[in-house]
Amino acid sequence: MLNDIQKHILEMVADLKGTGEGAINIRSDGQKAFRRNTENIVIESKTDKDGIDIRIAPHTHQEHVHIPVVVTESGRKDLVYNDFYIGDYADVTIVAGCGIHNCGDCDSEHNGLHTFHVGKFAKVKYTEKHYGDGEGSGKRILNPQTVLYLEEGASVTLETTQIRGVDDTKRYTKVVCQGPNSEIIVRENLLTHNDQRADSEMDIFLNGEDSKAQVISRSVAQDNSTQVFYPRVEGNCKCFGHVQCDAIIMGSSKVRAIPEITCNHVDASLIHEAAIGRIAGEQILKLMTLGMTPEEAEAKILEGFLR
Amino acid sequence: MLEIKNLSYRVEGEDGPVDILKNVSLNIEDKKFVVITGPNGGGKTSMARAIMGIYQPTGGQILWNGTDITNLSVTDRARMGISYGFQQPPRFKGMKVRDLLTVAAGEKISHDQACSYLTKVGLCARDYIDRDVDSSLSGGEVKRIEIATILARKSELMIFDEPEAGIDLWSFARLTETFKEIHDKKEATILIISHQERIIRLADEIVLIAGGSLSDRGTVEEIYPKIIADTVSSCNMLEVNNKC
Ligand SMILES: Nc1ncnc2c1ncn2[C@@H]1O[C@H](COP(=O)(O)OP(=O)(O)OP(=O)(O)O)[C@@H](O)[C@H]1O
Ligand SMILES: [Mg+2]
Repeated sequence: MLNDIQKHILEMVADLKGTGEGAINIRSDGQKAFRRNTENIVIESKTDKDGIDIRIAPHTHQEHVHIPVVVTESGRKDLVYNDFYIGDYADVTIVAGCGIHNCGDCDSEHNGLHTFHVGKFAKVKYTEKHYGDGEGSGKRILNPQTVLYLEEGASVTLETTQIRGVDDTKRYTKVVCQGPNSEIIVRENLLTHNDQRADSEMDIFLNGEDSKAQVISRSVAQDNSTQVFYPRVEGNCKCFGHVQCDAIIMGSSKVRAIPEITCNHVDASLIHEAAIGRIAGEQILKLMTLGMTPEEAEAKILEGFLR
Repeated sequence: MLEIKNLSYRVEGEDGPVDILKNVSLNIEDKKFVVITGPNGGGKTSMARAIMGIYQPTGGQILWNGTDITNLSVTDRARMGISYGFQQPPRFKGMKVRDLLTVAAGEKISHDQACSYLTKVGLCARDYIDRDVDSSLSGGEVKRIEIATILARKSELMIFDEPEAGIDLWSFARLTETFKEIHDKKEATILIISHQERIIRLADEIVLIAGGSLSDRGTVEEIYPKIIADTVSSCNMLEVNNKC
């Protein structure tokens, strides 16, 4: 079914050895490679376009859904629509991820559009990992779009990680906290190197009374890479939002962070912080006084920062 | 043994060269407890940093157990058994106290071991072991974690730069106990830069550094009365000057 390269990529993006437990849908080079439903989680292929619908029954308790995508065919351009319908009071962990292995000289590209309808008081942890490898000169391009609608009391933690290997990425995330007391936490970890470029744009609308948003973006730009962040939060009622962008800049890389907060209500409380800087010399020195070489010290600092 | 011979450190200031250390010579015997004290800006930290290799001296020599280490890197010196607790320790986003102690120990350490180092600096281990060493910690907490890294490192020579700074009375009492214990058990040579009488009184020897030079050295009984007399007279001088 899956060859070794595909299996390796699956491990990298989905922490999957074999097919594990829970609901699962593996997409490989544009084809459905494996699917398993559970009593509470039903995955169906769309009939009008490429992609799947994932329906999670109300009150589903602590189940997992894995939906990894693997691209190994050089020159493949993928576009998929995945829609999640999460029932009221469900508590689930969803692991999505895309790995590209490009050995050829044509660009390989995956565009994933994920839309979440999160029911009342549902709790979702959504993890998305991106990974690229392969010796080919063709670029590895990933453009994920994630859109979330949160009902009353819904709480979502969105974790995205892209460490090395992806040449070009344009990420767009939109969150609408429409229900009262809904809460979104976004954690973004990114490391770019060589000539890579990553753009991350985000719109968060706090429309529900007492809704909350927290965005923590940590990134490292090495070599000649470029990163641009546009996190935007809009508060339209009594709400709380906090955006924190932290970047370490190395080599001759460039990082831009343009956080924007808009309060349209007197009780909206929004904060943003952005900091870009090199690794402090004192940090490296401290770890050297503990016996590390400068290279080991640097790696240790980055490892913690991106955790 | 640590041998410092004619150590000089000169930097380029805005108005020309500045001599931060001038021909300092000092030997520290194994397992001794030595306290360096002296006025602010006297050159104490610069000397400690030169011993650790963080600052490259512009003149003189440093020998450690007979080996000339003057041109060795910080890493090499650390691996040869020298450690230094920073006066102002850096913070690390995302690094846990446990991780930092593990790096310091140079090997995997048990939960109990990690906790014992924190207890020795007066921190309740359970509350701190999994915290990040970042700006969420108070100044005194970071300082005590810094000292714990030196304890975890178990070097032959432990240098502490104003370990008392920012530390509450209770933790300070615990800390002095710890220094005393290391000394009594002859676990390491201790070199502490301090302005605190309680620490100064523990020392086998006191070294006074002022204006970049070693201005005096001797036992507590010899040196402490001179320091007191000196500080009283400079207070009087200050008053006289202010009246002018
Ligand atoms: N890079 C530098 N350029 C110019 N002056 C420096 C530099 N580094 C240190 N100094 C000066 O050298 C002197 C000694 O500094 P040092 O930090 O060693 O003092 P200290 O004795 O540790 O003081 P304290 O008790 O306040 O900690 C100070 O006057 C300081 O301003
Ligand atoms: Mg000092």
